[in-house]
Amino acid sequence: MFRKLILISVVILISSFNANAGSDGDLVLKKNEPGEIKDCFEKLNRATFAFNQALDGVVFKPVASAYRFLPSPVKSGVSNSLDNLSNLLTIPNNILQGEFKKAGVNSGRFVINTTVGILGLINVAQYIGFPEYEKEDYGQSLAAMGVGPGCYLVLPVLGPSTVRDASASIANFVGGDPWYNITVLNNTQHFSDFDYYASKITSGVDFRAKNYNAIENLEKNSIDFYASVKSLYLQDRQQKILNTNKIIETQDDSDWEEIETQ
Amino acid sequence: MNNIKKVIIFFILTFSFSNVYSMEPSVFVQSTVNRASQILSENITKNEKISKLKLIAKETVDIKGVGFYSLGSARKNLDDNKKKEYSELFEAYFLKSFSSRLAEYTNPEIEVKSKEVINKNYTIVSSLLVGTSERPEVKIDWRIYTKDPNNPLIRDLIIEGLSLARTQKEEFASILNSNNGDINSLFKTLEEFSKN
Repeated sequence: MFRKLILISVVILISSFNANAGSDGDLVLKKNEPGEIKDCFEKLNRATFAFNQALDGVVFKPVASAYRFLPSPVKSGVSNSLDNLSNLLTIPNNILQGEFKKAGVNSGRFVINTTVGILGLINVAQYIGFPEYEKEDYGQSLAAMGVGPGCYLVLPVLGPSTVRDASASIANFVGGDPWYNITVLNNTQHFSDFDYYASKITSGVDFRAKNYNAIENLEKNSIDFYASVKSLYLQDRQQKILNTNKIIETQDDSDWEEIETQ
Repeated sequence: MNNIKKVIIFFILTFSFSNVYSMEPSVFVQSTVNRASQILSENITKNEKISKLKLIAKETVDIKGVGFYSLGSARKNLDDNKKKEYSELFEAYFLKSFSSRLAEYTNPEIEVKSKEVINKNYTIVSSLLVGTSERPEVKIDWRIYTKDPNNPLIRDLIIEGLSLARTQKEEFASILNSNNGDINSLFKTLEEFSKN
C-alpha cells in the first residue's frame, strides 16, 4: 500500500506542469492566481459542464430542494457529521503541510465530536472554543509544496477542479483517506461500501442545498455561467490553499489603481 | 495680527467642515445596507423593489469604475465613443443584474463589523449577513473607493472571500476570448441581457 502511495505521488508530481522544489507564500499565491490558470480543455470542459448542469437539474436540484425543508437541527446534524468525517482527510494533510499544531487540534476536534458530540452530530468542539475548522486535501498539500495547478478541469458529476487537484485525489483511493480505507478498501465488518458512497452523495446534496439560492441567482444573472463558476471555484481554491480570509492578500489591485473616476 | 487670526480661523473652519461632510466608509456601508434592507422589507411588488434598488445602486456604486475594471485590458483599445457606448450598456446591465440579485432577499440583516484602510483610495469594510434557518451566515467585505472622502462609492463586494467584480471581469474575458476579442460581441451580449 505504501509503495502504491509513493508511486501515485511521483506520477502526480511529474504530471503537474509547474512542479517546483521551493515555495513561499507569494509564489503559491501567483501560481494559483485564477487569471493565470489556463483553460486548455475549454471545449471538453464546457460539454462536461453542460452534462453536469443537466444531471443537477434531474438529480441534485430536486433532492436538494426537498432536503432544504428538513428541520434545521437535522440539517446541521448532517452537516456537522460530514465535516467531522472530513477531519480524517484533513489531519494527514495538515501533517504533509508541516502544520503539526493544526493536526493536533483537528485530532482533538475529531475525538471530542465523535464521542461527546455523538458521532459528530453536534459540534461540541466549536462550543468549547476550538478554532474555526479548515478542510484540507491532497491537492492543497501539493499546492503548499509548490506544485502548480495545471489546467482547469471540469469533471463529470464532481464538477470544477484542476489537473493537480484531480490527480491528487487519486491518493484518496490508494490509502490516503482513512474513511475510504475502512469502508471500501478493507473489510472491517463495521462499515460497508454503501457508507462511503452515501456520505459522498449526502455531502453533494448538503452543499447544493446550502448554496441553493446563490446558485440559482448566479445562473439567472450570469451572461456566461460557465465562466462565473470557473472564476468562483478558482478564487475559492486560492483562498483555501493560502488558508486565508484576507481578501487584500489575494487581490491584484493594479487594475483598480489605474481606474480613476473621481 | 488680525490677518493672521483670520487665516487661522479660516483653516480651522475649513478643517472642521471637511470632517463634518466626509463620510466614514463603515457608516456609509451601514446606511446603504439599511436603506436597501428597508426597501426589501416593504410590502411592494418585486418590480417596485427593483426600481428602488436601482436608484440606491446608482447613488452608491461606482458603476463606471466597476465597468472599466470588468473590461480588463480590453478597455485600453477602446476610443472615446466606444468607451461611452460601453459605459451606457454596462450601466443598464449592471443595474439589472445587481438589483435582481438583491431583490431575491427578504429583509436581510447585515452588521458592519470592522474596517481596514488599504490606502487613501480604498477602505475595506467587513460585515456579516446574519444567518437564518434557510441560509448560513455570510461574510461580506465591501471595497469602498474613498478618493473623494465626501462621496465614498462601492467598487466591489467580496462574499466569503469571492470577489463579484473579479468574477464579472473573468466572465467578460471569457466572452471576448470566445469571440476572438471582438468587443461588439460583448456589447451585444450586454444589450441582450438588459433587454430580457
